[in-house]
Amino acid sequence: MSQENQANWPLYEVFIQSKPGLAHKHVGSLHAPDAQTAIENARDVYTRRSEGTSIWVVPAEAISASSPDDAGEFFEPANDKVYRHPTFYDIPKGVKYL
Amino acid sequence: MEENQLLEKFQEKVDAEIKVEPKDWMPEKYRKTLIRQISQHAHSEVVGMLPEANWLTRAPSLRRKMILLAKIQDEAGHGLYLYSAAETLGVDRQELVEELLSGKAKYSSIFNYPTLTWADIGAVGWLVDGAAIMNQVMLTRTSYGPYSRAMVRICKEESFHQRQGFEIVATLAKGTPEQKEMAQDALNRWWWPSLMMFGPRDDNSPNTAQSMKWKIKRKTNDELREEFIDRTVQQAEAIGLTVPDKDLKWNEERGHYDHGEINWDEFYNVIQGNGPCNQERMKARRDAYDNGRWVREAAKAYAAKRAAKAA
Ligand SMILES: [Fe+2]
Ligand SMILES: [Fe+2]
Repeated sequence: MSQENQANWPLYEVFIQSKPGLAHKHVGSLHAPDAQTAIENARDVYTRRSEGTSIWVVPAEAISASSPDDAGEFFEPANDKVYRHPTFYDIPKGVKYL
Repeated sequence: MEENQLLEKFQEKVDAEIKVEPKDWMPEKYRKTLIRQISQHAHSEVVGMLPEANWLTRAPSLRRKMILLAKIQDEAGHGLYLYSAAETLGVDRQELVEELLSGKAKYSSIFNYPTLTWADIGAVGWLVDGAAIMNQVMLTRTSYGPYSRAMVRICKEESFHQRQGFEIVATLAKGTPEQKEMAQDALNRWWWPSLMMFGPRDDNSPNTAQSMKWKIKRKTNDELREEFIDRTVQQAEAIGLTVPDKDLKWNEERGHYDHGEINWDEFYNVIQGNGPCNQERMKARRDAYDNGRWVREAAKAYAAKRAAKAA
């Protein structure tokens, strides 16, 4: 056994849309020699019970993510902006459709 | 931050039921425990296909054959979901596969028992998947996010596995006297190994306390085993079979069954590689790996060709 096989099949993250109209959602990952094969294998691994209408695969190394360590400060600017939510506003009683 | 502080924060988070995600800080021991547990779980799903595959070509009807094929395919999928979860902890799938093939990694001892008759396929679904489900339902609430999500998927798929197994056993149990005897015989042989699937008794399970503290596990081995017995005894009675334990009796006070002593020597012996099928199972996995080599190479060559054409 050696580096020969899966070892250099890249890792793909798999996203599935469960019905038309919904967003694609991350479901897991798999190794495949290329994207086309990854899609075909993702169908067998992740949609055996008609869980999907569309599949995206993305090379895992192509994903950049925010850092969990800085999540506090990073998302902080949104915390004191309550006026971004409709419940912030006073509306006189009886006024509709607002 | 100091290691101590980090550890404290980690515990607070776990206590607050916030899931741990791959890029979050985690204690090295938490990571190691999870890698070991998830990969063992993955290996078990994969090796678990073998005892069932033994009856694929001899399933008694096309209906049973299609069901069994679908179940086995699900188990392959479960292995893949779990390898995928393990990889989020920074190991490579290839390493894990090599650990299985070299015998370094373990898989559930239950799969080292043979499936001698068709009734065994029923017993495997009913008892082995049944026991696995108890554990997996608990693990949907494990603290590590990717493991928990894989478990949710798996549990959805498992529910038919146990029912199809029970249906096989129930059908035999109401058949001819020989068929009923076959069903009873399968229960006799699979009962005790199924109880062993939950692992050693709590007083002999040194890692349980830490795993519970980190909420990797939510229930102890004995708790899960007890739940399984309570449910399964009733199911056996419903189809006129007898659980092979002369000490089994309902304990009014505890609200659970008391059961006879499990043969732990047998358990450790099988784990150490001396079960009836350990060698056969390992050989089957190694052969599958070796015989699949040309397929993996062909897939790579085909991908390269496709890429060259597109360029
Ligand atoms: Fe499974
Ligand atoms: Fe299963």
